[in-house]
Amino acid sequence: MAVLVLADHDGKSIRKATLNTVAAAQKIGGDVHILVAGNGCGDAAKAAASVAGVAKVLHADAAQLADELAENVAALLVALAKGYSHILAPATSSGKNVLPRAAALLDCQQISEIISVEAPDTFVRPIYAGNALATVKSKDPIQVITVRTTGFDAVASTGGTASVEVIQPPGDSGLSAFVGREVQKSERPELTSARVVVSGGRGMGSGDNFKILEPLADKLNAAMGASRAAVDAGFVPNDWQVGQTGKIVAPELYVAVGISGAIQHLAGMKDSRVIVAINKDEEAPIFQVADYGIVGDLFKLVPELVEELKK
Amino acid sequence: MKVLVSVKRVIDFNVKVRVKADGSGVETANVKMSMNPFDEIAMEEAVRLKEAGAVTEIVAVSCGPQACQETLRTALAIGADRAILVETNEELQPLAVAKLLKKISEKENPQLVILGKQAIDDDSNQTGQMLAALLGWSQATFASKLLVDKEKATVTREVDGGLETLSIKLPAVVTTDLRLNEPRYVTLPNIMKAKKKSLETLKPDALGVDVAPRLQTLKVTEPPKRKAGVKVPDPKALVDKLRNEAKVI
Repeated sequence: MAVLVLADHDGKSIRKATLNTVAAAQKIGGDVHILVAGNGCGDAAKAAASVAGVAKVLHADAAQLADELAENVAALLVALAKGYSHILAPATSSGKNVLPRAAALLDCQQISEIISVEAPDTFVRPIYAGNALATVKSKDPIQVITVRTTGFDAVASTGGTASVEVIQPPGDSGLSAFVGREVQKSERPELTSARVVVSGGRGMGSGDNFKILEPLADKLNAAMGASRAAVDAGFVPNDWQVGQTGKIVAPELYVAVGISGAIQHLAGMKDSRVIVAINKDEEAPIFQVADYGIVGDLFKLVPELVEELKK
Repeated sequence: MKVLVSVKRVIDFNVKVRVKADGSGVETANVKMSMNPFDEIAMEEAVRLKEAGAVTEIVAVSCGPQACQETLRTALAIGADRAILVETNEELQPLAVAKLLKKISEKENPQLVILGKQAIDDDSNQTGQMLAALLGWSQATFASKLLVDKEKATVTREVDGGLETLSIKLPAVVTTDLRLNEPRYVTLPNIMKAKKKSLETLKPDALGVDVAPRLQTLKVTEPPKRKAGVKVPDPKALVDKLRNEAKVI
């Protein structure tokens, strides 16, 4: 049997989360196929074909697949499911939206956000914001799984020579329609795949004060993130949120500024390789997970840190 | 228009969860339980729609043990008109809950079902999408803005990289994200009023749903602990550590 991976892509290229998901698929075993569904996504299908270790790319191109509407993409997955032992998607906002719909239509209990493959039917997934790890075994004939990308090292995006098969998707469900999108334009690396992340919390005091973090992020070529408290307070947009209910990141270096370290935030960043915390409260829980901490006023320390980095 | 809101009883978000020594799960005895925070947002949204005149009746549903009655009383105090408990002591997984909610939806005929995007216990993020699938309805997950019209709803969704807006046909399933609203505090008079509201109890058998778990939990363990590091006196020392010890910059 084969494993089907639903690609996260932008029409032209494959997002890195797809490469982490292919890595999980390879751990399960069997041929790995990638489904690229979209409208005018031929380049993404081509890119998928060169991903290392992929046997086949299924390319579904149609107007009704343009905006990843869950109703239409799930129907396509259901139509393809029969030939597969496992259906995987990265746990991105798109994967999380589409996959449970397909799972229910297949009468399968999805396994969300796995971080490890123990056996083809047994997986480890975090529960309670990562405060516990559950090892679960599925009894379903088709295993429908979302993959926490930080749990698997990405496979190479080149070196593969998969064939591309064009397939016909089912028609439009007519249930929903795309209206518009507001994308935050940023020159910075994407939060979930950045090598360095600089995050601010409630201690930043205001949205304006986040500007103080920008030179630091520039210097480190970092993505910028935030705690839920900072998002709740309206300082920064929700898609900056790192934590149980936001994005899960595991960069090489995570710099937490003015973040106390609530359980829900730690859930999103505690697998980072090196954690730095800057906080005025020396009792703040963030120091219990930080490799290096500085106690003090962030408005004084952050500019000093930037100066030191320039040396 | 009638709205159904699903609410789940979970360990309170402030509680530090402890894994049981025998690896069978997490400690729930003598632990504070509350309504799942995202479900509170779902309840609040339904009440706001009612206050705006778009909704005439709000039915709150919870699936689980008898103690979920407390969660439903909270939902009634926030503003639900009546409540339904699907009572079972069996472990309920998202597909089973979606099947129960489908049966309730078929009985109640709501135009809209609002759920939290995920429960903070199992962190599955599935039930809403599954319910929409089983009913053959449209879905809009991770909503940060909801406008309801007669035959459709316009929903702004939190997605990676920004926001997306969908127009969905009613009936529909919507799941809530953090910024949809800020739930109100429940007042004492409303808690008193909630005690008099109707709370009906049903069993999964009576709804004809097999809720047996599909996933077997083999064990639950503590995640590897991260060791606390060192405090450094100033940015100079920090940069030195990052360059020469951690070799990360």
